[in-house]
Amino acid sequence: MVTATEVGGAATSPPLTFRSRLRRSVGPDTDGYFFVLPTVIIVFCLIIYPFGLAVWYSVSNAFIGEETHFIGLENFQYIIFEDDIFMLTVRNTLLFAAISVVVKVVLGLLCAMLLLRILKLRRFLRGAMLLPFVAPTALTTLAWWLILDPTYSHINWLFEHAWPFSLFDMGPYNFLGEPTLALSSVIFVNIWRGLPFFIITILAGLVSIPDHLYEAADIDGASTMDKFWKITLPLLRPVLAVIILFSTIFTLADFNIVYVLTRGGPMNETHLFATYSFTAGVLNHEIGLGAAIALFLFPIMVLTVIFLLRLVRRDSEYEL
Amino acid sequence: MSSNEMTAMTTSSGELLAENKVPFWRLRKAFANYVALIPYLAFALFPFYIIFITSLKSKQEINNLGESPFWATGIAVENFTYLATNTSFFEHWMVNTLIVTTVSTIISVTVGILAAYALARLKFRGVELFGVAVFITYLVPQTLLFLPLIDVVNAIDDYIPIRDTYWSLILTYPTFLIPFVTWLLMGYFRTIPVEVEECAYLDGCSRLGALFRVVLPMAIPGIICAILFSYTLSWNEFLYSLVFIQDEHAKTLSVGVFTELIRGDIYFWGSLMAACLLGTLPIVILYGFLMDYYTSGLTQGAIK
Repeated sequence: MVTATEVGGAATSPPLTFRSRLRRSVGPDTDGYFFVLPTVIIVFCLIIYPFGLAVWYSVSNAFIGEETHFIGLENFQYIIFEDDIFMLTVRNTLLFAAISVVVKVVLGLLCAMLLLRILKLRRFLRGAMLLPFVAPTALTTLAWWLILDPTYSHINWLFEHAWPFSLFDMGPYNFLGEPTLALSSVIFVNIWRGLPFFIITILAGLVSIPDHLYEAADIDGASTMDKFWKITLPLLRPVLAVIILFSTIFTLADFNIVYVLTRGGPMNETHLFATYSFTAGVLNHEIGLGAAIALFLFPIMVLTVIFLLRLVRRDSEYEL
Repeated sequence: MSSNEMTAMTTSSGELLAENKVPFWRLRKAFANYVALIPYLAFALFPFYIIFITSLKSKQEINNLGESPFWATGIAVENFTYLATNTSFFEHWMVNTLIVTTVSTIISVTVGILAAYALARLKFRGVELFGVAVFITYLVPQTLLFLPLIDVVNAIDDYIPIRDTYWSLILTYPTFLIPFVTWLLMGYFRTIPVEVEECAYLDGCSRLGALFRVVLPMAIPGIICAILFSYTLSWNEFLYSLVFIQDEHAKTLSVGVFTELIRGDIYFWGSLMAACLLGTLPIVILYGFLMDYYTSGLTQGAIK
């Protein structure tokens, strides 16, 4: 522990004792290591070591209750060249992430700009809008399951009984039973859950844009559209890049919504990396295969991060 | 008082009155903003409404498919009594969830405070590397870790029995809580002026003394925010709990409801929705009181 005299004495040039040499090479606050020690231990034991273990599994034939051997890239070879479900999984994950992130950005911008113009009730509205993001996903997805369930579906009921829809011969749709509809439903629920995060963060970004920019634009006779494309969007881009980064990563790795809503079905058509890895590794006990599937997520995520971080860096050229 | 003053001011000077009068077109435009938000609000709240209304319906009413599913004709408590008498909902799942969220929040916030303080203030070799590492671990999803963590839990189980108990969750939840808490609090600590701490050192405080007596009291909003987030994240956690726990009595809320209340092809939607209502309510109430902390943390965590 560093006492007050040591901190105060750091400015005067000390004789070359062991402590001062240590300080010169390591930095003035050697006790910092004790502060980060618990985090380092936990991160090492429960994140870095398991990650290494996952890499080892992916190149082994790990199976519950059997001895594990190194088998090279066989797992990867299998999932890439022979496993049709894995190809579907890759397609689903990319579609899932791309569509839901794009929709969330567009709707998030729209809602945030509406919310910005509202003064009364803003707090209340913001709170109500955030609910999907706060509530336990597994439980709210159960409600969506009821809403989309073939027999009990509220939407099908509307199509059959409510006035404008009942004129047309629509439905009943098997929302979770048809591959395309099931994937759309899953994307829909993901948008429902993730949109509040976009709205709130974009709103915070909008509030921080100084008014005088818009006033100056008004004087120059800019239209509303001009102001949006030339002021709002460029200044929001750092914020947008960060939330897109976060959202893409968590959407790519999503598990809860798909597992609760479809469990990857019908006929394994709606699997994401997480659910397929869970099915292979936990339900079918093929840990090696499950780890290989999950690890495939990693390069996709790293590429996304690099791409989006470059986007942010380029934005630092803009100045207020 | 203030409203009286306002009216006095406006009535005393005609000019002010004219200024305060909002033109009709502006009112209409403001109204249009509210109307435009209604569809989204309905969309956001729809499942919550369905949870609420379905939990109040009797079994016959739910299964009467000709009736409107959007409205309940009476209030039936049978779903809630079913939860209390036939399942471990209150007895085990609720209690387990409370224990796991509370303990893992305490651990994560304590450890996170220390790490965040070091990252924000202290200068030692490797501190930047540590910051980057924390950010990267924040982004490593559970998807990549749940399979090997089964092995880690089993390995520890050889010495301390944690498998199939909530202790396995208390051990693993900090993996996604600590990086987030550290990242969040680092931002808060940086906003506190260094001079305050230097004064504390001059007064003879040790490093820990300065942290606990000076920095933490000034960072209370940030700490409330960190606690709130840890609490919500672990309350809502699903994957680890699903993977690590098979014993019905050791399950947490989300997983218990999902695995034990859905049996076969007949879904007991009434009790299922009642469970969803009761599992969502504590978080919603907590958040209702502390919403501003939540939103500030959300935007901080994302932007800083």
